[in-house]
Amino acid sequence: MSRALGPFTAVLGRDLLLAWRGRADVLVTLAFFVVVVCLFPFGVGAEPNQLRAIAPGVLWVAALLSTLLSLHRLFAQDHADGTLEQLLLTPEPTVLWVVAKICAHWIATGLPLVVVAPGLALLFDVEQGALGVLILSLALGTPILALLGAVGAALTLGLRGGGMLLALLVLPLFVPVLIFGAGAVDAYLSGVGAQAHLLLLSGGLLATLALAPLACAAALRIAVE
Amino acid sequence: MLYANDLACVKGDRPLFRGLSVRVAPGELLRVAGPNGYGKTSLLRILCGLAMPESGEIRWNDVPINRDRESYHRSLLYLGHAPALNDLLSPLENLRFACSSGGDKIDEDACIDALVRIGLAQQLDLPARVLSQGQRRRVGLARLFLEADRKLWILDEPFTALDVAAVADLTATLSEHCAAGGMVVLTTHQDAPFAKPPTVLDLAEVAC
Repeated sequence: MSRALGPFTAVLGRDLLLAWRGRADVLVTLAFFVVVVCLFPFGVGAEPNQLRAIAPGVLWVAALLSTLLSLHRLFAQDHADGTLEQLLLTPEPTVLWVVAKICAHWIATGLPLVVVAPGLALLFDVEQGALGVLILSLALGTPILALLGAVGAALTLGLRGGGMLLALLVLPLFVPVLIFGAGAVDAYLSGVGAQAHLLLLSGGLLATLALAPLACAAALRIAVE
Repeated sequence: MLYANDLACVKGDRPLFRGLSVRVAPGELLRVAGPNGYGKTSLLRILCGLAMPESGEIRWNDVPINRDRESYHRSLLYLGHAPALNDLLSPLENLRFACSSGGDKIDEDACIDALVRIGLAQQLDLPARVLSQGQRRRVGLARLFLEADRKLWILDEPFTALDVAAVADLTATLSEHCAAGGMVVLTTHQDAPFAKPPTVLDLAEVAC
């Protein structure tokens, strides 16, 4: 067991260290999220009721776009410098270090969004009780975005114009996450309760956690060949 | 023992070689020769299991490698064209990651010794982006000092960008590995001073 965890922790630790050393990239993603969210009140006007109504959707769409912004970096550097070949030649299962990479990527790019989202929600005058639901929905939803996005990133690896293709490929797949993520906060505010939405998100997370790394590993093998 | 039978490789529409058999026995050093574009790197990548041959089969200790990938890759060390270095990490961090991600427990002191031996004592903690081409190459090659228990070494142009002293040290290491029952497959355009002349496989002779 500990032998199998060796490569997992090695990849996780290295990617987190790299994210720290290249933290400007991480901050750009976060700044993008903040700026996009802040643009909406200027665009639609400062009517509190209207802002309150659009807040969950705006936050979720912005989270989705900023996730997209950093996705192409997930495997590109390792592909270019040959690290990916070396990782594919390790005796341990490919899925193991693929999960470690996605995990590190989410900690560097997804987790900061979850942390700053409640602050931004206050700008939209979202009521205090809904903040918890918002955090929970993002905490469950952004890992799904990272996992699905990783499959897209692996499939478009090394292609010309891969970034654009990646967006076209994964954005439709993000739609259910958007619906249930933003819907969770709306459901709470309308008094229905967010439990159903959050359970569906949890289920989605477990399903993608089980399947996406397999697809990702297969796509990486093809990309390297 | 590594045995490949009836390998064929096609790049795009163009067949590179067909009906190629490779046999590497313990203690043997095989040099894959041939002009540029004759499929030397493609052959090495096929032998590693990174690419699939158009036809044919590769066996490691009489087991096809796609049936027991794990034990094959546990015995294999491949150093390709790209040095697998991340520019933001130091040579020491790169080397430690290369070993630990491969599932090998290598302690820090052994990594430092290997880097000092290959001539990077001054660059241990510098980010890899300030290294020269030859120094980048050496970081990858330092793994050879650490992973002698991996029986099969497949090296793609290991002598590129190295100075004369480094080439001599490297050939000595390769000969030592073979003498200890290891196997080496390499490509090179240079005439390296091996103690025992290597077996040569000339791809120009089997080209389509």
